[in-house]
Amino acid sequence: MELIVALAIGVLTASGIWLLLRPRTFQVIIGLSLISYAVNLFIFAMGRLRLGAPPVLVDAGVGDPGLYDDPLPQALVLTAIVISFAMTALFLVVLLASRGLTGTDHVDGRERR
Amino acid sequence: MKIDGGLLILLMLLPFAGSAVVALFRSNAHNVEAVFAGAVSVAGLAIAISLYPSVMDGGVVRSQIEWLPAYGLNFNLRMDGFAWMFAMLVTGIGLLVVVYSRYYMSPEDPVPRFFSFFLAFMGAMLGVVMAGNLILLAVFWELTSIFSFLLIGYWYQNASARDGARMALTVTGVGGLALLVGMLLLGHIVGSYDLDTVLASGNIVRQHPLFLPTMLLILLGALTKSAQFPFHFWLPNAMAAPTPVSAYLHSATMVKAGVFLMARLWPVFAGTQEWFWIVGVAGLSTLVLGAYFALFQQDLKGLLAYSTISHLGLITVLLSLGSPLAAVAAIFHMMNHATFKASLFMAAGIIDHETGTRDMRRLSGLFRYMPYTATLAMVASAAMAGVPLLNGFISKEMFFAEAVETHMVSVLDTVTPYLAVVAGLLSVAYSLRFIHSVFFGPLPNDLPRKPHEPPHWMRFPIEFLVLACLVVGIVPSLTVGPFLHAAVVGVLGRETPPYSLAVWHGFNLPLLMSAIALTGGVALYFALKNYLAVSEEGPPWFRRIGGHRIFERILVTLSWRWARLAETHLGTRRLQPQLRLLVLVALIAGSLPFYRAGAAAGILPVIPADPAFVLLWLIGAICAIGAAVRAKYHRLSALILLAGAGLVTCITFAWLSAPDLAVTQLLVEIVTTVLILLGLRWLPKRWADPDPMPVKIGARIRRYRDFLIAVVGGAGMAFLAYVIMTRPASSRLGDYFVRYAYTEGGGRNAVNVILVDFRGFDTFGEMAVLGVVGLSVFALLRRFRPAADSVESPDQQKIQNAYDEAREDRKVGDTLSDYLSVPAVIMQWLFPVIIVLAIHLFLRGHDLPGGGFAAGVALAIAFILQYLAAGTRWVEDHLRILPLRWIGFGLLSAALTGAGSWFFGYPFLTSHFQYAELPWIGKVPMASALLFDLGVFLLVVGATVLVLIALAHQSIRSHRTDRFVATLPKEDA
Repeated sequence: MELIVALAIGVLTASGIWLLLRPRTFQVIIGLSLISYAVNLFIFAMGRLRLGAPPVLVDAGVGDPGLYDDPLPQALVLTAIVISFAMTALFLVVLLASRGLTGTDHVDGRERR
Repeated sequence: MKIDGGLLILLMLLPFAGSAVVALFRSNAHNVEAVFAGAVSVAGLAIAISLYPSVMDGGVVRSQIEWLPAYGLNFNLRMDGFAWMFAMLVTGIGLLVVVYSRYYMSPEDPVPRFFSFFLAFMGAMLGVVMAGNLILLAVFWELTSIFSFLLIGYWYQNASARDGARMALTVTGVGGLALLVGMLLLGHIVGSYDLDTVLASGNIVRQHPLFLPTMLLILLGALTKSAQFPFHFWLPNAMAAPTPVSAYLHSATMVKAGVFLMARLWPVFAGTQEWFWIVGVAGLSTLVLGAYFALFQQDLKGLLAYSTISHLGLITVLLSLGSPLAAVAAIFHMMNHATFKASLFMAAGIIDHETGTRDMRRLSGLFRYMPYTATLAMVASAAMAGVPLLNGFISKEMFFAEAVETHMVSVLDTVTPYLAVVAGLLSVAYSLRFIHSVFFGPLPNDLPRKPHEPPHWMRFPIEFLVLACLVVGIVPSLTVGPFLHAAVVGVLGRETPPYSLAVWHGFNLPLLMSAIALTGGVALYFALKNYLAVSEEGPPWFRRIGGHRIFERILVTLSWRWARLAETHLGTRRLQPQLRLLVLVALIAGSLPFYRAGAAAGILPVIPADPAFVLLWLIGAICAIGAAVRAKYHRLSALILLAGAGLVTCITFAWLSAPDLAVTQLLVEIVTTVLILLGLRWLPKRWADPDPMPVKIGARIRRYRDFLIAVVGGAGMAFLAYVIMTRPASSRLGDYFVRYAYTEGGGRNAVNVILVDFRGFDTFGEMAVLGVVGLSVFALLRRFRPAADSVESPDQQKIQNAYDEAREDRKVGDTLSDYLSVPAVIMQWLFPVIIVLAIHLFLRGHDLPGGGFAAGVALAIAFILQYLAAGTRWVEDHLRILPLRWIGFGLLSAALTGAGSWFFGYPFLTSHFQYAELPWIGKVPMASALLFDLGVFLLVVGATVLVLIALAHQSIRSHRTDRFVATLPKEDA
């Protein structure tokens, strides 16, 4: 499982970086989304992988950490998901504004000479 | 002593206060301002005089105010005999210059500005001489640079004034920065910035490994300020200043600050080889070159400027020698030079004022028109040349005597006396030229104005200074002796050597040197007279390689060529190179630890791979790579593939014990896809060319390079992730949260408890970010008109619309909505269902996967579905959604919940919980964190809906624009 998750992170990152370095705004925004999946998975994986141990206490009282997956990376990723949504929204609007103002969808606001 | 300390502070503050007051005067109140500035100078002078008894016999007056004692930085003022001498020069000559300016400045000039800067400069200069703390000294040093910039650029309507001011500021400012660093180093070596401590720690400093850099940096400051070669070029360009400014800055103050500092730190640095060579070479070359350049100037003030440079060089040489007697001569010459040079500048100003020109080729025979001024100028310039019975003679004799002495056996020591004679000879020649070409010869015929004697009070300062030159020159020990002694003791302390200030020392070598210089100088002038009468400005050979040209060239190179180069390579105009740089830096930073510690997979047993999971990620990888490939020409399919990758990620979360993440990811995925979908229509058309041109080689290389970066980056991340995942976690911070999630936070879902309780403040910040993004999007789109739709309506829609138009009972768009009526009804019916789901997610969040974030996004989806189903207009006619209020109430609810804990004496966001029985629903946890989560929920709904609606509105807007254009009369459209 670990190997697959690692490879998944790798593929997502590679696709993301490739798109990040492309000249069109749409490519960059898709690239950023892919990278944020990769980063979220990566942060999540820092808590190590476990099957069937969601950090939801089975019974009220003091919890036994050995029984549950690490909740901290999950909390971090949860906020990261929401923030990356906000980032995508903002970029999308900036992208549209830039397209409207400059007439091009090149990331620099003008075509390469 | 207490009173004296207070007087120091008063002396320090007086000019600055005066400066602030003068600035408020009306611009035509010439007399009032001059009288006021004069009064400030008189008061300063009086305070300085009253302090004399305290500093007379090596006493030191101190005043200490704590500023930043933790950093050893205190507002310490300190006045010994040397500082006192300078304070006298600064205030005394300042007073004379004020008197002179009253007559010099024309009624059109904005005089308050002049006197305000002038007094502020005086204050800064007093600060430099009286500072008792190295950092404080550097601060005042910078202030002198700034105020001299303002004074030199006073006539800012002249380009030359602006250039001169800028050059002076650049050169002295750079020097000032070096000085500051030098001072910090010096303070570091000594362990204190206090001047007394530093002066007493000469031995420590000289043996420290940082001695050389420290000295170099401080010297850089001093040499630039004192216009020493090779930094001399700013001074002649500063002559664009009004003459009173030149008279003040270039005789007694600004340029003297450099030699002042060298003398001040003389006990610390002098006597070392490094000091001798660096200062000596700079001083000697300045002495000779300055005198040589001065002789070939055609501008009166230019001549004086180079002569100033040369005399400062003389002082620098004396300070370089490291012998106490030479230091005495240097201090004495500082005084003498200030007196005669100030009077000469003022005389030059009178000549300029009365004739309208300073060009020596045009001036001649002025003696007939202004005999009185001429006589005064002659005496002053004789003092400059070092003629006997004038003050310049005595210090020059001392210089010659010291030049002959052997100090450090070296080539430099050997050539010094010869160069000294050459410089003396040249200085006689240019002094003679100053007098002869201006006051003698035939009557001038093409002067702009008919010259006459200036008003008496304009001449008075010169009279006073020339008188000083005379009495000091004739009876030195009676007049200036005690003051000089106080100054010398201030610098040298117990090392003060016996010296004699007599005019006559008998027939000796220095006298012979003086005689050679005098006769040789006269002969040189008459030999060159005819050449000089017609020659160009500037000395032969050197004319072309002026220092200021090199300076300008360096400036252009630095601030334009290099800046442009840096801008092209590192600038923000092009995003791709920057992102590439960013990725590369991240790659390097990421691989460094591997390089250091080696890389090998860990030993943690891995979970056996599930074939379904492998298949899942096979699809995921195809989606990711497909999105990357198709994002350029096939945006819609790229978006769908992206969503596919997101979905796979979401399933992974669910698979690997993160239900909260799965829920949130899924919901956010929906919203993101809708959002991008809304934006797609405004992106330009881009079709893959069916018959593509061969890709250019450059572009192909770029793609290979980016591909390589991407693959390496991906492989690196995969490797890093794998290596970490196969090692045991060193310590789990999360354990704490698992353990106490219920007992402390009152919830069983540890992730949610972390978000709303343990790390509630972070979440609060995150909410704010989300709110800000929502508002930014709203603000960006409020007045924005998107680009025209890039794709024409599809054929099907056209046919449908044509059909609608043909029928009288149908409106355009009816068919289209009819087509969607089944999904629309479903979507509308789903509205309450999704709302219930959102509430469910919200309420169970504390104990089971869910929570404010997920619930908020779910509710936002409910709203957006209505928009999709029924259209923007219909929804807004039937439903008032005020997302801005949702955002506001969300933030407010979270903040108030947090602040509520203050009332119970707990810190911000401390939560409290208990269970409550609600009818039908059952036992519900009622933690105060729930209220906080409610805030999160409201805000997420508000921000998400705001963004989506703002985008959705754009489509209405563009229709409106079309309609608006269509209804315009033809000629306007």
